[in-house]
This record gives sequence, structure tokens and C-alpha cells, in this order.
Amino acid sequence: MATQAQSAIIGISELKPVRYSTGQTTLSLIAESVRLAIQDAGISKDDVDGLLVGPQVGETPQHVPATVSEYLGIDPTMSNTVDLGGASGAGMIWRASAAIQAGMCDTVVCVLANKHEKGDSLRSPNRNPIREFDVPFGASGANTSYALLKRQHMEEYGSTQEDFATIAYWARKNAQLNPNAIFYNKPAEVEDILASPMITDPLHLLEIVMPVAGGAAVVVTSADKAATGKHKPVYLKGAGEKITHRAVSQAPALESLPFYSSIPRALEQAETNVEDIALFSLYDCYTSVVATTLESAGLCKPGKFGEFVRNHTFGHNGDYPLNTHGGQLGFGQADLAGGMSHVIEAVHQLRGEAGNRQVPNARKALVTGNGATLSETTALVLGGER
Amino acid sequence: MNISLPGPTITPISEPFWEGIKAGEFRLQQCEQCERSIFYPRAHCPHCFHNSLTWKRASGKGKLKTWSVIHRAGHPAWQELTPYVVGVVALEEGPSLLTHVLIEEDEIAYNMNVELNIRHIGPHPLPFFKKQEETI
Ligand SMILES: [Zn+2]
Repeated sequence: MATQAQSAIIGISELKPVRYSTGQTTLSLIAESVRLAIQDAGISKDDVDGLLVGPQVGETPQHVPATVSEYLGIDPTMSNTVDLGGASGAGMIWRASAAIQAGMCDTVVCVLANKHEKGDSLRSPNRNPIREFDVPFGASGANTSYALLKRQHMEEYGSTQEDFATIAYWARKNAQLNPNAIFYNKPAEVEDILASPMITDPLHLLEIVMPVAGGAAVVVTSADKAATGKHKPVYLKGAGEKITHRAVSQAPALESLPFYSSIPRALEQAETNVEDIALFSLYDCYTSVVATTLESAGLCKPGKFGEFVRNHTFGHNGDYPLNTHGGQLGFGQADLAGGMSHVIEAVHQLRGEAGNRQVPNARKALVTGNGATLSETTALVLGGER
Repeated sequence: MNISLPGPTITPISEPFWEGIKAGEFRLQQCEQCERSIFYPRAHCPHCFHNSLTWKRASGKGKLKTWSVIHRAGHPAWQELTPYVVGVVALEEGPSLLTHVLIEEDEIAYNMNVELNIRHIGPHPLPFFKKQEETI
């Protein structure tokens, strides 16, 4: 990516998460997210000629972009699914930019949404080889895989339960300044987190995101077009991506996990370093993901996040503003749309419209996304200046 | 139990592995070119991409790389058996696998030596692992 950014985010939307949705379909939540995002951008649906969506929208296993385009009533000249789990949101932003630079389209809507009705099964469809070599042994679902990675971190580095709980504490604390967060008015102390039930030892209930219904959309266009937009553009300054494995048993050594590659690549592309970042909008499906992300970003040595979180503050006016919207641990996780919440918060902060949780002087944000079990990672550097 | 415990979804590529388990033998594929051992079974070596792999009898021994005590299972049929332990074993031959660990919680230690212990879950013989017996 050149020194001058080539593309920018001009519109965003985020549906207020609810524990359970009623009377909605995933397509209806997608359409509402898109309507609000183009309204925020001050453009019309006819200005959209690119579409990026998540996989398996509703009961549609294939032809997802065509299904969503038809539902929205748009005729894009570029469309695709981005299938990177929790990294899909961040992964969409640089793909939108790349498609614009390749001349395939001018303005891309990136959208993710999830309906979540009471009684909906959370189990994913069977997938080989995980279905063949993990599930028969009693290991299914993300709670198990992330517990295995957390245990490995504790054993290898001596990190403690309190260290991890501190991350959930800050997420809950920051959520108290976000009325849309699912845990607004519900702070949790470190002791509360440690006293919450063990789900998959060593993971406690309050270290795990709450599944919710919701949706989010982001409009990306060329930097030139963005200059005449309704809002201050938020530029894509750099991106990095890395995928290393799928199943937790096939994960590389802790210090070769993919954020160790994708974050430095994003910082390098943005020609910046981690100390110049004003906001850390870091994917947090579990406390342990934030731990390894802080270490991968070079904020502390591998294994030393515990010392780092004990010695610093992470509110909007703290030493290292981190997930000022509450993160997904405080805000709720609307399935894949949860990952987009980190992009949305970065845009609010860089526009300077974050209100009572505004980070002073916010010029650059590091946004991360993570899918599967620290398998698929994307990092973005977003900036308020081109 | 209303919902049965899910057995392995065996493919033509992985069949020799499961045939081995049925016969009480732990087998791994070895690449004929780079000589590295491979798990899970594949048609190609993920290291050098050679397509000639040979099934070899393996030690069934390794070290416990990590583990979790499951209190809330991801599959409803397994919920009735909680708490139980799953873990990742780094096999002597190199690759790692996920498995069910037959060791009491207070006896588990990081990097402890473990070995194969085939158990039947319903009709399916599965490669579980237990604490390695002391050998003199
Ligand atoms: Zn090979």
C-alpha cells in the first residue's frame, strides 16, 4: 500500500445487539444494516456497485452474494463472500479496497448480520477433518479449542487466571460507557469473573462472549470520492492477513500463531509502529485472544501480557485505549458481525464522534479480526489522515 | 441416551488409520520423499507436497501439550459424561493430535508422557490416551 491511502470508510452502521431476535431473518438484518450504513454515508443504494458478505447467510449455503444482491435490489460489478470467521469483517475492508483499486467497482458495502432466536442451535454444520478427528473424542465447539490454547499459554509462560480475568474486567468496564452494549449497566470485577462457572477449564463463563443477534455494515470507497463525503473519511492505511491452520491440534507453536505475522505486516504497510496507535480495537471472542494479540503486536514480550495488563490502564483515557466500545466481551457477539464491531468503533473514534468515551487525539487505530481458533487473522491500521 | 455419541466420519483416505485402530495398532503416514510423519491422514504430504505416503506402525507415545476439563460439552451426547478431559498430544513421530485423555485432573501435568489406550465409544474403537506406564 502506498504512503497515501487509496481508499476510505465513508459510512457505518451497527444494530443494537439483542440477546434474542424475533420476527427477523438474517437477510432482513443485512438489509437494515446496509440501509443505515448508506444513510450514514449520505449515498443511495444505486451508488453501491460492490458487495462483500459473510458465508452461509441464513439457510443459503451457496450463491450468497447473488441472494443478498437480489434481496437488496442492487446489481454489483464485484461481489464475494469473505469466509474468515471472526476475521471476516476486517478481511472485507482491505478486499473492498483492493477491488476498488483493481477498477472492478467504486463503492463497496461490507455487511455481516446474524439472527439469533431462542432455541437456535449454536452448533455449526459438520466439517471434516475436525468432524472426523476432534468431535468423536468429546471436543466440539470453540469453547474447547480456546480452552486448550489458554491452558498452553498458562503452562508455557506461567500466566495466571487473574491475568486473563483482568482483560474481561476492562471489557465490562468500557461497556459501561456504551448504552448499546449487551452488558451496559452490568460491570464485573475480577473476582466476579473468577467466580463465574468453569465452562471448559481453564475458561470461565465471563471470559467467553455472549451470543446475540445483530448486524453491521461498512461502506468503503476510493479516497478521492471519500473526500466529498458526508463524514470525515477514515482511511485504510495498512492491512495484514495470515492463516496458519484450522483445527487447534494443528496450530503452530504459540509464538508462531498468525497474529505474529499479520499485525506487523499491517503496521509496516501503514508505515507506523505500535506506539503510535491511539486505539486498540482488538478481536476478543475470549480473554486469551486479547492476551496473545497484545503479545503479537509487540506491546509486551511473548507470555508477558499479565504484567502488561496489571501495569497499564485500558479505558478511553487510559495508557492504551482498548476496545472502548466494550469489545465483544462487553458488547455481545452477533456471530460474524461481532468482528465488525471492532471496525465500527475505530471509525467512531477516528471521526471524533465517540462522545463520552472519545479517545483524545485519536489519529490511528489498530483493528484485528480472528477466526476459528486463532487460525485466520486480519489486522488493519485505520487513520483519520490520508 | 437419546442422542448417540458421534463416531468418526471415515473417508477412503483415512480408512487405513481406523482399520489399524480396530486391530489395536496406531498407524501414521510417512512421506516417501521428506520422511516426515503426518497426521491427520492425507493424500499429499503437507510439508513437501509429495503424493506418495506409506502407512507405518507408530509408537503411540507422546507428550501432553495442553488439555481442558470439559464441564459444558459442545455436543449434547457428551454432556452426560462431563466432567472429562480432552487434550492435544505431540506424538513422538512429530505430528499432534487431539484426543480424549484418561487421566484424573489432579494427576495431569504439562508435557507429561502419555500413550495410546484404545477405548470403545459405542461401536467405535477410538485412540484415547492415558498416562505412560513406567518402563525400566
Ligand atoms: Zn514430504
